[in-house]
Amino acid sequence: MSRKTARLLPLEILTAVLFLAYFSPFYIVVVNAFKSRFQVLTDVLGLPENWGQIAANLNSVINNPNLRFWKSAGSSLIITVLSLTVIVIFSSMAAWVLVRRKSRASAWVFMMYVAAMVVPFQVVMLPLVAWMRIINETMGIQMLRTFHGLIFAYLGFGCSFSIFLYHGFIKSIPLEMEQAASIDGCSRPQIFFRIVLPILKPITITVLVLNGIWIWNDYLLPLLMLGTGNTIQTIPLAISSFVGSFVKQWELIMLALVLALVPVVVFYLFAQKHIVKGMVEGSIKG
Amino acid sequence: MQKRQDRLVFWGFLSPTLLAFLMVIIIPFAMGVYYSFTDWTGVKGAVTSFVGFENFRTILHDMRFFYSFIVTTLYSVASMTVINLVAFGLALLVTQELKLRNIYRTGFFLPNLIGGLVLGYIWQFVFNSAIPAVGSALGVEFLRRSFLSSPATAFFAIVFVASWQYAGYIMMIYIAALQNVPNELIEASSIDGASAWQRLRHIIIPMIAPAFTVATFLTLVNSFKMFDVNVSLTSGQPITEFAGSSVFSTELLAMNIYNTAFALNQMAPGQAKAVFFFVVLVIISLVQVYFNKKREVEL
Repeated sequence: MSRKTARLLPLEILTAVLFLAYFSPFYIVVVNAFKSRFQVLTDVLGLPENWGQIAANLNSVINNPNLRFWKSAGSSLIITVLSLTVIVIFSSMAAWVLVRRKSRASAWVFMMYVAAMVVPFQVVMLPLVAWMRIINETMGIQMLRTFHGLIFAYLGFGCSFSIFLYHGFIKSIPLEMEQAASIDGCSRPQIFFRIVLPILKPITITVLVLNGIWIWNDYLLPLLMLGTGNTIQTIPLAISSFVGSFVKQWELIMLALVLALVPVVVFYLFAQKHIVKGMVEGSIKG
Repeated sequence: MQKRQDRLVFWGFLSPTLLAFLMVIIIPFAMGVYYSFTDWTGVKGAVTSFVGFENFRTILHDMRFFYSFIVTTLYSVASMTVINLVAFGLALLVTQELKLRNIYRTGFFLPNLIGGLVLGYIWQFVFNSAIPAVGSALGVEFLRRSFLSSPATAFFAIVFVASWQYAGYIMMIYIAALQNVPNELIEASSIDGASAWQRLRHIIIPMIAPAFTVATFLTLVNSFKMFDVNVSLTSGQPITEFAGSSVFSTELLAMNIYNTAFALNQMAPGQAKAVFFFVVLVIISLVQVYFNKKREVEL
């Protein structure tokens, strides 16, 4: 035992040093969020002279008209939660009928979803904005600069991979239970919502994790769909407009970044296992 | 009767995703391919006419685009290599019986959950202020200038940040693979007198080869599509000289497409670049499918 410990000692030290180096940027961000304008310029590495400075910095950041922190955080939350809800419900529904119905149409539709996963966002982004404008002009539905427009877009971009994940999972569920329910007089939609959907829970967590992280952090799609100077803005948009808005006040930018980091870190600490499992599974199946 | 109801449920359950998919991917994709062969300006009410391969000829002579393509290729290969080496190294470390290994795993994975935009700003500050401060404190001349101020070092700065962000994620893929290597195999080889290096070279690496293929393509494709960190870390700066024209030294393809359309207002050439970008990604995916098929045959 002690020989083993001795053998591992250099590795212990190496890993610990690497780990501290890995986390040093977080140290820099946090300590500088507590500093005065003067100290940020003169002493980047040291601890804050006056930790109480955070109150003044917080006040400037929260009330900044470009950041509108609470409102942006609220918009990010609404967009993420509603997009995830529609993605989970509609993708699982689609995947279920695609697995259970053996027809040429079913095979074709599934193929199309799989093929679409190769399409990079850049190739559709310019016409997407033009098309959304056309929809508004011809049908009167406002897609740009609205919550529903962005959520609808997330459903479109998120559904193919989600359907793919659900499809793989549903294939492994035996048919017997659904047949029994059918004999008991359940309609097809009842079978799905009462029996199948609850069984899908493990893969639903994976779908939630993968899409949730993407949507919460996404910058380009909200930038194009919501635009700039909109009353609705997500946290990444708010941060970018805050950084670009004035001569760089790094202590305030660092604090804004800390505020953007906190929800993600807290969420990660609580749902760590699900997040890691979900992301690894998603990558291997994708 | 039953059949009709089945068909109704089929299309009914499919329609929400199908509608969204049609509206945000299929139609814009078709429009995009069409626009790349026209003089589309994006201006409301302007007449759009067919111009054949004109836009593709334009982008062929666009030095900024050509340069961006080369830099993106170099960048993708460099970050793919660095990310996988770091990730594999970390995975080997944290699968040893270290005391805090669970904390290490959790910690190394964390940067990957933070948005690229936020990460880029964090690192911009680290490169512009913190590292020069360390350089001054230690008296190391080389660290005192910001890495973001010259083309070559800015390139490596992006590779570095992307690796920092992504290695923990790929590490998890390697950990999952390493845990599937049967313990008996490793013990047997130890008894037979294999050194740690021989075990790694002849048992562990061949056993986790599939994970290498997955991780390599994943990092390659994601590096090729890199955008957020690029925008917030360097915005393509600094400017440099290339074949007689000034170009943005760290402007990767996704950003070049964005800038062509929105900063230079050249919508049709921007779309042509996007179509080119798409074709390259399709080729990478086909190569990946080929490798996966080949692997299945070997197994």
